[in-house]
Amino acid sequence: MTAPAIHVQQLGKQYRLGTAAPLTRTLGEAAHALLRRWVHAAPSRHAPAAREPFWALRDLDLSIAPGEVVGLIGRNGAGKSTLLKILARVVYPTTGRALIRGRVGSLLEVGTGFHPELTGRENIFLNGALLGLRRAEIRARFDEIVAFAELERFLDTPVKRYSSGMYVRLAFAVAAHLEPEILIVDEVLAVGDAAFQRKCLGRMGEVAGHGRTVLFVSHNMTAVRNLCARAVWLDAGRLVRDGEPAAVIQAYLGRHADADARPEMDLRDWPIRRGTGEARLLRARLLDAGGRVCGRFTRLGPLTLELEFESRTRDELNLSAAITTTDDGLKVLQLAHQDSPGFVPGVVFGRRKVRVEVDRLPLQCGTYHWNLCLHTAALDPLDVVQDVLRFTVEDDLARSPRPFRSTREHGLCSLPAVWRYVHAEEPAYAVQ
Amino acid sequence: MLVWRDITVRYKQTVMGAVWAVVQPVATMLIFTLVFGRLARLPSDGVPYPVFVYAGLLPWLLFSSAVTHASLSLINQAHLLTKVYFPRLFLPAAGVGVSLVDFTLSFGVYCGLLAWYDRLPGAGVLALPPLVALTAATALGVGLLLASLTVQYRDVKHVVPFLMQIWLFLSPVVYPVTLVPEHWRWLLNLNPLTGLIGAHRSALLGLPLDAGALTAAAAVAPAVLALGVWNFRRMERRFADVV
Repeated sequence: MTAPAIHVQQLGKQYRLGTAAPLTRTLGEAAHALLRRWVHAAPSRHAPAAREPFWALRDLDLSIAPGEVVGLIGRNGAGKSTLLKILARVVYPTTGRALIRGRVGSLLEVGTGFHPELTGRENIFLNGALLGLRRAEIRARFDEIVAFAELERFLDTPVKRYSSGMYVRLAFAVAAHLEPEILIVDEVLAVGDAAFQRKCLGRMGEVAGHGRTVLFVSHNMTAVRNLCARAVWLDAGRLVRDGEPAAVIQAYLGRHADADARPEMDLRDWPIRRGTGEARLLRARLLDAGGRVCGRFTRLGPLTLELEFESRTRDELNLSAAITTTDDGLKVLQLAHQDSPGFVPGVVFGRRKVRVEVDRLPLQCGTYHWNLCLHTAALDPLDVVQDVLRFTVEDDLARSPRPFRSTREHGLCSLPAVWRYVHAEEPAYAVQ
Repeated sequence: MLVWRDITVRYKQTVMGAVWAVVQPVATMLIFTLVFGRLARLPSDGVPYPVFVYAGLLPWLLFSSAVTHASLSLINQAHLLTKVYFPRLFLPAAGVGVSLVDFTLSFGVYCGLLAWYDRLPGAGVLALPPLVALTAATALGVGLLLASLTVQYRDVKHVVPFLMQIWLFLSPVVYPVTLVPEHWRWLLNLNPLTGLIGAHRSALLGLPLDAGALTAAAAVAPAVLALGVWNFRRMERRFADVV
C-alpha cells in the first residue's frame, strides 16, 4: 500500500471563547498575570470564566490516499474549515499530528494574497510566488491561467476594480493551475455563475484524474456526489461518517433535516408576513396519519396541515397554502380550498381551526417550507406568512422500492399512476 | 516578490511615484540642517552640516523604516497569515527589503549632494555594503522581536513610532559622538546604531573610525538577529490563531 497523501492522527484544535481574539491580551493584562504569579506562585482562582476552551476539532483520525477526491460535508461550525486550515499549514493543531506528503495548493478563501492595487497580471505572479512557484513556472502557465479565468481584457486593471465574480475566477484559476500534489478548496465556488462553477468542478475532476489528491468543502451535495469517490461528514469537530458519498450524504441530509424541522409553530410573532391583518394566522402544525406532530414525511404518503387563525373581517375568506423548496424558494405546489368542493370557509368572526389532509404527498425527497395565505374572496391579502413549518420528505422504501433516492433532480413532483402493458389483441390506438 | 509588491503598491495612484522615496530623507535633512545646524549650531566634525547629517540619516532611516515596516508587517497582512501558507519570516524580511530599496534611492541623492560639496568619497565606499548589511541585520532582529510582540500585544504598535523617536536622539545622527563627554561615551556605544552611524560617516566622509564602537555594533547585530529569529520561530505557530 502506498503511503497516504494526508494522514491525520488524534487531531484536535482548541480555541478559547470569550474574547474575540483569544490570546490578544494587552501588555497590562500580561504584566498583571505575571505579577500575580510571582506574588502568589499559584494560578489565579478567579480566571475569567469567559475563556472557556472550545474544541473546533477533536480526536480526528483520517487518512487519504494519493489520488483520492474527498468531499468534506457538515453544518456550519462543524470544523471543516479548521481542518483545511491545519492541512494547509496555516494554523497548527493543539493536539495530534497531521502529515502531508506533497505540495499543497490551497484555496481557503477567495482571492487571498491578492493585492487590490495590483493588476490581474501582477497578482497572478504574486499569488503564484506566495504558493511557492518560481517566476519561470508561473510564466509557463500564465496563458492557461488567463484563458481559464476568461479575463484577457482585464489583465492590466487593478483587481480592486474587479467584480467579485472576476476575483474568484482569477483566484481559482491560479490555485488550480499550480499543479499541486494536493489541492485543498474551501467553499469558494458559491460565487461565480453556473458555467464557471461547472468549469471549476471540471478542473478539479481533471486535477484528480492526474493522480492528485483533492479535498474540498462544499454545501453543494450534487457536486460532492458527482466529483468525489469519498465523502467525510464532520459534526462538532468529530468525524461522524466516512465512506461512499451517496450513503454519507443521505445520512447527513436526513439528520440535518431532522434537526431543523419545525413541524409546529406559533405564528403570532412571525416576522415575514404581509396583509392587512384583519385576519391573522395564530398557529400551524404538521401532523402524521395518527394526528401526531411530525416533521418528516414519506414520499406519496399522507400529510395533514393544521391551521389556527382569527378573523375580524366581514369579507368571505379564501384559504390557501403553498409548498416551497427551502434552498431556492421555488413554489412546488399549491393547495387551495376551492379544490375541495365540499369546503366553504365563508365569513368568519373569531377563531377557527382548519385541517387540510393530503393523502399522497407528491413531493420528491428534500426539505420544504410552507407559505400560508389568508385572502379575501377578492384576493386581497389579509395575512400571508412565508417560509414556515419546515419539513422533510424521504423515500419510503417499503412502499416504493427504488434503486435511487428520488430527489428534485428527477423532477419536482412524482405522481403515482396506473402502469400496465397493453395486450396485443387490444389495439393501443385505433387505426382507421 | 513581496518586496516588489510592497514597492509597486506604495506608489500606485501617486503622481510623483518613486520620487517620494527620496523626498523624505531630503526633507528631514533640510529640517535638521536648519534646526540643529543653523539654529542650535551643533558641531559637525568639520564637515558641512548637511553632508554630515545626511550621512547619519542614511543608516538611521534605513534602520528605523525597516524596523517599523517589519514590526507592522504581520498585522497589516493578517489576511495572508490566516489564509495562505508560506514561511512567515518572509513578511518582516520583505519590510526590511523595501527599506533597503529606499536606502539605495536616497543614497543616489546623497552622491549628488557630495558632488555638490565636492567631497566625493574615496575607497571607503567599499566598506558600505557590509555596513549596510549589518544595519539591515540589526533592524531585522529588532523588527522580528517587535513583529511577534505586535501580533499578540497591539500596544506595541503604538510604542514603535515613539521608540524610534527616542532612539533617534540616542543615536549620533544630528550630533557628532565627540559632543558627548568622554566618560559617557561607553553608554552611547551600547547602542549598536552609534557604531554603525559612525562607521557610515567615516566610510563616506573619510572621518576617523571609532573601531571600538563598530566592533560592539558588529557583535550586537548577529546577536539581535539570532534572538529575533529564535523568538519569531517560537511564536510563529500561534500567529494565525492570535492575529
